[in-house]
Amino acid sequence: MFEIFGIPSQALFGQLLLGLINGSFYALLSLGLAVIFGMLNIINFAHGAQYMMGAFAAFFLLQYVGLNYWAALVVAPIVVGATGIVIERLFLQWLYRLDHLYGLLLTFGLALIIEGIFRNYFGSSGLPYRVPDLLQGGQNLGFMFLPNYRAWVVVFSLGVCLTTWFVIERTKLGSYLRAATENPALVRAFGINVPRMITLTYGFGVALAALSGVMAAPIYNVSPQMGANLIIVVFAVVVIGGMGSIMGAIVTGFGLGIIEGLTKVFFPEASNTVIFIIMAIVLLIRPAGLFGRGA
Amino acid sequence: MEHIDPAVVMDKPARAWSEQIAFAAMVAILVVAPAFAYPVFLMKALCFALFACAFNLLIGYVGLLSFGHALYFGWASYVSAYTAKAWGLNPELAILLGVLTAAALGVIAGGLAIRRQGIYFAMITLALAQMMYFFAVQAPFTGGEDGIQAVPRRRLFGVISLADQMNMYFTVLIIFLGGFLLIYRIINSPFGEVLKAIRENEARAISLGYKTDLYKLVAFVLSATFAGVAGATKAIVFQLASLTDVDWSMSGELVLMTLVGGLGTVFGPVTGAFFMVTLETYLTQIGQWVFVVQGTIFVICVLLFRRGIIGELARILRIRL
Repeated sequence: MFEIFGIPSQALFGQLLLGLINGSFYALLSLGLAVIFGMLNIINFAHGAQYMMGAFAAFFLLQYVGLNYWAALVVAPIVVGATGIVIERLFLQWLYRLDHLYGLLLTFGLALIIEGIFRNYFGSSGLPYRVPDLLQGGQNLGFMFLPNYRAWVVVFSLGVCLTTWFVIERTKLGSYLRAATENPALVRAFGINVPRMITLTYGFGVALAALSGVMAAPIYNVSPQMGANLIIVVFAVVVIGGMGSIMGAIVTGFGLGIIEGLTKVFFPEASNTVIFIIMAIVLLIRPAGLFGRGA
Repeated sequence: MEHIDPAVVMDKPARAWSEQIAFAAMVAILVVAPAFAYPVFLMKALCFALFACAFNLLIGYVGLLSFGHALYFGWASYVSAYTAKAWGLNPELAILLGVLTAAALGVIAGGLAIRRQGIYFAMITLALAQMMYFFAVQAPFTGGEDGIQAVPRRRLFGVISLADQMNMYFTVLIIFLGGFLLIYRIINSPFGEVLKAIRENEARAISLGYKTDLYKLVAFVLSATFAGVAGATKAIVFQLASLTDVDWSMSGELVLMTLVGGLGTVFGPVTGAFFMVTLETYLTQIGQWVFVVQGTIFVICVLLFRRGIIGELARILRIRL
């Protein structure tokens, strides 16, 4: 055990790890928002609610179906993603020709409905979700204690982020996607089914949110409100990073998580607000966002 | 692309008499209303009506969706409650200080938010409001979870006792009508015409030589100021300022009120506020289902009913409202 700037290393690295974990969720969620916004031109206000649904899906699967964490990691995103596809077909597809703001209002309404229903049945208290057996315990690294599960979350979400980046930026499918974002009419003329691509993109973005929810379940408990406040922070992350670049969303998410963790160590009063303050500073210096392309 | 204010049809002949008749009817109803309904209920609805009119000034006439208007409402409410209680100020001074606070916050938040457009504007206003929410949770003078309770109503100008429910009601009514008429004047002034031009086509407004950023900022600050009037008055009426007033769900409720009534209509926000406050009064027993009901109304309005109550009425009757 040693000290850095008068802070015990355990506290410093502990908060840094917590920051990295929050950063993983910021990155995954803002990535999903960016992918959805790119194709649908809609800011998905229900993203936080869908993250919460992912955590609840994992909880239900364990409680009633007997599927463990590893199965939930696959099944929960598929189930919640499917509800996303239904939402897109039922509601969102009628809004594409309207002002962007209607999409925000509609998904806000959906978030209220989803969170209201869950709150009604599960109250506001959290339900515990056990860390999977394989990842129980942790490593003593000398300067800090590293719980295995937390290390897994950071590594796995980084892997998911980079895979998403690879698929969108480096594969044929991704190039269709990017082309359809730029000019849907032209891509359609080449015989690609753009409406179906839009539907699947929304489903994929929602599935990403649900996946984050499953990963968050053992760390934060499962509660109906877990997504509501998180989504506002993620909006700030998106404003800071700009939605133009996938890698930008990933870097900004992790970076801000780390900054938030450090703030908890050195100036705990500001830890809730530091991301918003950074957003204000970025707006003053670089209004388009760190990785943004124009307004 | 359909814009956010489908209610006002520009090429219709300007038959402003319909607005004057509607205004006279509204004043008449509100003057006799305390004989038929609880004054406290009416005062709540009036505060929200003014709040919604302030919000409508921004979304309906400049096309900017602020998702953080609870910031100005709530902080004006805190300052007015605190100065009335701790400093023992008369209600008019307490309200004035609350309004000035809202205006100052509007300058700061507006200056930041207008640097981005559209969807980003909404996210920035929401994030800034959330930041000030956390500040309200931590700051010592807001009373944290308890809020500021038992705010004295005292005497207006040191003369009229506001402890009397009728005096309070007519004070609130005059404040509401004053705010309503000022907003009406603003949207029908040359300044308001420029705002509508920015809403329709900002690039063209810039090319015509208008400094659109300045116009947007002034509109934002005006909107925040009127939201502050509503919040500060609310604190005196209910003798309470709490975290509910600065929470994001308050901003969401405000958007819903205006949407239900009709974005970009003169009387829509008032109608929407009365509609939602009535609904919530009847729905208090159902607990968390309120959010589900609100969400459902949101979805229905956005998909099927974008003009809102007054917008539809105006379309059917072919008049301006």
